[in-house]
Amino acid sequence: MAEITYRDALNQALAEEMERDDSVFLLGEEVAEYDGAYKVSKGLLDRFGDKRVKDTPISELGFAGLGVGSAMVGLRPIVEFMTFNFSFLALDQVINSASKMLSMSGGQIGIPIVFRGPSGAALQLGAQHSHACETWYLHAPGIKVVTPSTPADAKGLLKAAIRDNDPVAFMEGELLYNTKGEVPDDDDFVIPLGLADLKREGDDVSIITHGTMTHVALQAAGQLAKDGIEADVLDLRSLRPLDVDAILATVAKTNRAIYLEEGWPYLGVGAQIVSIIMEEAFDDLDAPVLRVTQADIPMPYNKKLEAWARPGVARAVEACKKVLYV
Amino acid sequence: MAETETAEISTVNGGPALGGFSKKKLVELLSQMLLYRRFEEKAEEAYAIGKIGGFCHLHIGQEGAAAGCILPLRQDDYVISGYRSHTQALAKGLSPEAVMSELYGKASGVSGGAGGSMHMFGADVGFMGGNGIVGAQAPLALGMAWAIHYRGGDQVCVCFLGDAAVNQGAFHESMNMAAIWNLPVIYVVENNAYGMGTKFTRMSDTEMIKKASSHGVPATSIDGEDVVATYSHFEDLIETVRQGGGPRFVDVECYRFKGHSMSDPVSGTYRSKEEVDHQTENADPICILRDRMFAARLLTGEELEVIDGEVRSMVDAAVEFAEAAPEPEVDTLYRNVYSEINPHGRLFFDGRGK
Repeated sequence: MAEITYRDALNQALAEEMERDDSVFLLGEEVAEYDGAYKVSKGLLDRFGDKRVKDTPISELGFAGLGVGSAMVGLRPIVEFMTFNFSFLALDQVINSASKMLSMSGGQIGIPIVFRGPSGAALQLGAQHSHACETWYLHAPGIKVVTPSTPADAKGLLKAAIRDNDPVAFMEGELLYNTKGEVPDDDDFVIPLGLADLKREGDDVSIITHGTMTHVALQAAGQLAKDGIEADVLDLRSLRPLDVDAILATVAKTNRAIYLEEGWPYLGVGAQIVSIIMEEAFDDLDAPVLRVTQADIPMPYNKKLEAWARPGVARAVEACKKVLYV
Repeated sequence: MAETETAEISTVNGGPALGGFSKKKLVELLSQMLLYRRFEEKAEEAYAIGKIGGFCHLHIGQEGAAAGCILPLRQDDYVISGYRSHTQALAKGLSPEAVMSELYGKASGVSGGAGGSMHMFGADVGFMGGNGIVGAQAPLALGMAWAIHYRGGDQVCVCFLGDAAVNQGAFHESMNMAAIWNLPVIYVVENNAYGMGTKFTRMSDTEMIKKASSHGVPATSIDGEDVVATYSHFEDLIETVRQGGGPRFVDVECYRFKGHSMSDPVSGTYRSKEEVDHQTENADPICILRDRMFAARLLTGEELEVIDGEVRSMVDAAVEFAEAAPEPEVDTLYRNVYSEINPHGRLFFDGRGK
């Protein structure tokens, strides 16, 4: 175990998997000579050469499609989007090609590809760089979606995503790259997709969340503890496949839950989770499940307005108290 | 292509009418094109009586492009195409039974009945799909060419596009990357002059080959109604690309004798009956080859009848096979959405899939 940053954990996962399998390669804007816009691919060009770490033109649709096409004939591409906001330019290749290829080819052509990069808001980047993009990818069967919140999860889940034989959207937290945590050195440290992680235990209320918001949830739980309220914090880690058993287990334990997410409310991740809880754990509930999301507006630039629009600690605490009727 | 090289623009003339080809080779080209024609005629009949559903885009009139561009390829080369691709699938080596079964939506279809007219796939023979999104196959072809380059192989990838696809961003992004990385891909525009009902010249001020040459990809234009010239041109081009010559673009001029799809009349608002009649009488790649072979005494009427009888029997057998084949089972529905079912977590959210 060593304490490293989320950024270095991702870098280790990339390097180890490229070392392990020479069909794995990385492409995207600025990934090679510039070391990555967020320095996630630092040093990889020197180590693996310019065929396996490939700078591309600013052509998201084209290079995402290049990745999918190479996967059609057996390579295992990792396509970096400088941010998932830019991936909307590439969605035709993600949805119409990657997610549907195995099905429409009658099972002949699988697409073992990872699309990765930051998703969600950082600080004052404005409406076009602050978008939490999970639901765009979650809506389509055929894709898996992973959102690591800690350095260890980042490494273990990225290795699993690269080894997975289906398309995986791997959404990193832009504010998490510098965060530190203990990460196993083991080359085979892989966290299987589809397993949630209970990041904190409590009996009174469940805060179910994913990605960057896990940290907000933990802060909210800390604040609630000062009032004698103990919260379970369930980090889903992978949204598809989804650890429904873990969701049902925490609801069965606390009987009260909120969903905390960075995205917008309408058909957001929380909408799906609430639907599952209602359909499968209705009798366990002592209160309606509430959602805490970004304000239902494009993210403003102004610092104060941005803070207001974000789903922060105060709103999470308030929602927990509401489902506890305190 | 090296950065200093200038893209060449040239027009390939038909050359000697029969290219010095052997009788055997010419008969092969003729019988293949006849197979494509008879196959599409049967598909048209089956569609009319409701045996084939959805969209169905026929290739009748454009057989010279399928035969001329695909038959010179090796089996381990890749072909990818758009939604007008029944005959290209046949040319790359898929059987008439399997392609017809796919049109019928049967389990014996090339894509198990999941694809239909627009999504023919044959990974074993390098036919990498019909694609329903105009131009989306351009980046996919780029990726396959990248994989060839990555592995140091000597295959080539041929990407068929319709003429309207060259106005898509995906096409231009692909051209640019193919050029900067010198990838083994040949982009083939089957230029039938219309994107659905819109004449190419209404939507582009640039002539076709400049779409590619402006990216540094050498571009040529060829008469796709002349299958011998098309075949010869591609034989040379494929070899050049195979040897590391970098990407190429070919504008293959042809004409679609039928409507855009089965729901579109042959002529009407966007092209006149006179135009279609003129083309059908003068630009049929099968008739052009047949007449040249007659004139050169390389084919008799009796031989032609035998060839046509053979391909008609093949197509009849394909229809019989498709008619008799079983439907896909409902319990296979979720099988090919993900390549493996995860040991952990839920993948499907409709309450029915496992």
